[in-house]
Amino acid sequence: MTLDELQEIAQQEKEERKRVSCRINVSVAAGCLSLHSDKVFEILQSEVKKRGLEGSCKVKAVGCMGLCAAGPLIRTEPQHTYYRSLSPERPEVLSAIIDNLDSKPVPEFALSPDLPFFAEQKRIVLENFGEIDPERIEDSIGAGGYEALLTCISNRSHDEVVQEIIRSGLRGRGGAGYPTGLKWSMVAKAPGDQKYVICNADEGDPGAFMDRSVLESDPHRVLEGMAIAAYAVGATKGYIYCRAEYPLAVKRLKIAIRQAEKLGLLGKRIGESDFGFEIEVRLGAGAFVCGEETALIASVEGNRGVPSPRPPFPAYSGLEHCPTLLNNVETFANIAPIIQKGADWFASIGTDKSKGTKVFALVGDVVNTGLIEVPMGIKLRDLVYKLGGGITGNRKFKAVQTGGPSGGCIPEQFLDMNVDYESLNSVGSIMGSGGMIVMDETACMVDVAKFFMDFTRDESCGKCIPCRVGTTQLHGLLERISEGKGRMEDLEMLERLGAMVKRTALCGLGQTAPNPVSSTLKYFREEYVRHIEDKTCAQGRCACSKSPAATAVN
Amino acid sequence: MPERNQYQVKTLTIDGKEVCATEHQTLLEVARENAIDIPTLCHFDGLRIGACRLCVVEVKGSNKLLPACVTQAQEGMEVTAHSPQLHEFRKLIIELLFTERNHVCAVCVSSGHCELQAMAQKLGVNHVTLPYLHINCATDGSHRRFVADHNRCVLCTRCMRVCDEIEGAHTWDIIGRGINARMITDLGEPWGASETCTSCGKCISVCPVGALVEKGKSVSEMTKPNLLPYLLQMRGEAQ
Repeated sequence: MTLDELQEIAQQEKEERKRVSCRINVSVAAGCLSLHSDKVFEILQSEVKKRGLEGSCKVKAVGCMGLCAAGPLIRTEPQHTYYRSLSPERPEVLSAIIDNLDSKPVPEFALSPDLPFFAEQKRIVLENFGEIDPERIEDSIGAGGYEALLTCISNRSHDEVVQEIIRSGLRGRGGAGYPTGLKWSMVAKAPGDQKYVICNADEGDPGAFMDRSVLESDPHRVLEGMAIAAYAVGATKGYIYCRAEYPLAVKRLKIAIRQAEKLGLLGKRIGESDFGFEIEVRLGAGAFVCGEETALIASVEGNRGVPSPRPPFPAYSGLEHCPTLLNNVETFANIAPIIQKGADWFASIGTDKSKGTKVFALVGDVVNTGLIEVPMGIKLRDLVYKLGGGITGNRKFKAVQTGGPSGGCIPEQFLDMNVDYESLNSVGSIMGSGGMIVMDETACMVDVAKFFMDFTRDESCGKCIPCRVGTTQLHGLLERISEGKGRMEDLEMLERLGAMVKRTALCGLGQTAPNPVSSTLKYFREEYVRHIEDKTCAQGRCACSKSPAATAVN
Repeated sequence: MPERNQYQVKTLTIDGKEVCATEHQTLLEVARENAIDIPTLCHFDGLRIGACRLCVVEVKGSNKLLPACVTQAQEGMEVTAHSPQLHEFRKLIIELLFTERNHVCAVCVSSGHCELQAMAQKLGVNHVTLPYLHINCATDGSHRRFVADHNRCVLCTRCMRVCDEIEGAHTWDIIGRGINARMITDLGEPWGASETCTSCGKCISVCPVGALVEKGKSVSEMTKPNLLPYLLQMRGEAQ
C-alpha cells in the first residue's frame, strides 16, 4: 500500500463518519468489559435498530475512556456527553439516552466533558482512546494511523528519523527514563546484519494498567511506532513481549498485526518499498522480573527469564547476541505523533528535561480513579485534587506511591512538586511506568512497605544473593515490626540491609526493591517507632493492633 | 582466540596499584594476576559467570558497583576492590547466605574444605545478626555414589554450569524463583533416576560447600580435586 492509497482509505473513513449524525461510543476495554459493557453495547445497538435509526446513529465499540471509577462509560456525539455507571440491568436508562440524543442529556448519568478529569488532560498517547474501534484498522487509518510510517519510508532517511526522536527529547516510559533517541542511535550504529526491535509489554507493577489500556484501545499505534523504530535502526524482525494475564490485549494485538499485514503495512515490502518488518507476539508466563530487559530477552529466546549483568547492553548484544532495541509500549505509542507533528512540537510540551506527556494509572483513595495523560511537570496536587477529584470520603491525604515496587511514598509536604523524572528521584521515588497509588490517612506505611516487599520477595528470580535473601530478610523484619515484635535496632538493620541490596543486586528489580522501605522510613519513621514501642498500629492495619499484647497496652 | 599481535594492552589501577591487562581480560583475572584478592563464591575458572555479587568493585566514574568477574578491563580505569563499604557489603552477603539455609559447620561433611566457611573466616563473619530462615529443603540420596543435600546449597549454579558447559549433560537446572529456587536433576526426578547424569562427578568437584558430596566419605576425606583446569587444557590441546 502506498501513501496515496492509505490517504484514500482515511478519506473514505472520514466521509463515512460525517454520514452519521449521531454516534454512541461504548468503551469495551477490560475495565468496562468486566462490568458488562459488551451487554450495554448490544442493548444500545438493538434499541437503535428498534427505532430504525441505523442510518443516522452509529453505536460503536471503542477503547478505554479513562474514568474507571465510573465504568461502564459511553460517550454520545454530537452532544459530546459522557454517561457513567451504566448497567445492562437498567435498559430504560439506555433507552432514555437514545431518545435524548438530539436534546438535553439525561441528567442522572451524564458527565460533562468539561470535568477537570477530562479537561485538564493533554492527550498524545491516548489521543484515539474512546474514538476508534481497536479491532478495525480502517478506523485507525481514518484517525491518521500509519501515515507517519509511510511518510518515513518514502521521504526520510533512517538517520533523519533517529535525529527527529533525539531532538524530541523523548525518554523511555518504562521507568528509568533513558533518552529514547540515544538508544535508537546506539542500535542504528551497532554493527550487525540482523537487528531486532522488542516492545516491552510485560507491565507488572501493582496498580498499573497504562500499557494494557494502550494495547487494548489503540494497538495499531504501537505497531506503527515499532515499525518506524525498525526502519530507523535497520531491524527486520520485532517481538511484542506481552504478559499472558492480558488476554484481551493479546487478542487485539494479534488482530491488529493480521490486519496490518493484509494491507501491506507490516510484513515484507512495507509501503511497496524494500523495507520489511514482521512482528510476533510472545507471552510472558507471569514473572515480574521479565520486565527487566536482559531477563525479557532471555525469556523471548526461550530460556529461563533471569537477568544478566550489563554490559553488554542489548543495544550491542541482545536477542541472539544481535543489536536489539527494547522500548516500552508507551514509548512506541509516542513515536507516530512525533514524526507527524515534529520534534519541536513534542519538545514544547513538558519540562526542561522531561518532555511530552505521561500516562498515569491514578488509583487508590481518590474519587476519580482511572487512566490519565498529563503534561510532564504537572503539580502533584493537581493530579490528586483536580484530576483525581480529591480523596474519597473527604478524608485526609497521606501519601502517594509512584513507580510501583521500585518507587517510593511521597508525603504531603511534597504535594506541590512537579511530576517529572528528576523531581521524583529527588524525593526518593521514581517516575516508573506510571502507577500512582494515592493513600489516605487510614493507610499504614509499615503495611504499605510490607506489601511491596512481599511483592519483590515473591518476584525475585533468585539469581543473586542480595536480592534473593535480602528481600526475604527485609520482608521478615517488616513483618516482625507489623506484628508488634520489632526492636528499635530493626530500623537500623532495615536501612543497612536496604542500602546493601540497593548497591549490590544484579538487576533493577533488586536495586530498587528497598525503595518503598527507605522512603517510608525517611518520611514516616514515627509510624515505625509506634509499631515497635507501643506495639500498636494507629490505623489498625497491622497484626499488632489485634494481638493480646496490644489489647493489654490499650 | 585472537592472534597475539591483535592484543591491545590496557593499563589501569586496582586499589592504587598500576596493572596492565590484555583485551577481553576481566578485572578479576587482572587482579588475581597481580596478587590482589577479590572475594568470589560462584566464580569458577573455566566456567561462565554466576551472580553471587561478592566480587563487586567500585570503578571511578560509574555510580554502580560492577562485578569484577564479568567487567572487562579498560584503559585508564580506576578500580577500588577494597573499601570499608565493600567489605561491609561482602560480609552482609555472606551473612545472608548463612541465614538462608542450614550451614551448621559442626555437622557438615565439608567442614574444613568449604569455600563458604573459608570466606566467612576471611571476611570476619563471626556471628549472624539477622534471623535464621533455615528454609527446609530435601536431601536426595538416591544416586548410587553421590548425595545432594539442598539444605547446604548456596545456588551458585556451578554444578549446573559444569554439567552443561563441560560434561555436556545438563542434568542440573533450577526450579522455582527467589527464595524458593532449588537445584534439580533432570525435570525434578530423583538424582538416582536421572537418565542424563553420567555420574562423572564434576558437579561434586566444583561444589563450594557441602551440598554435593560423595557417599561414604568422612570429613577428612572431603578434599575436592580441581580437575577443571586440567580438563580444559587437555581439551584445548586435542582441538
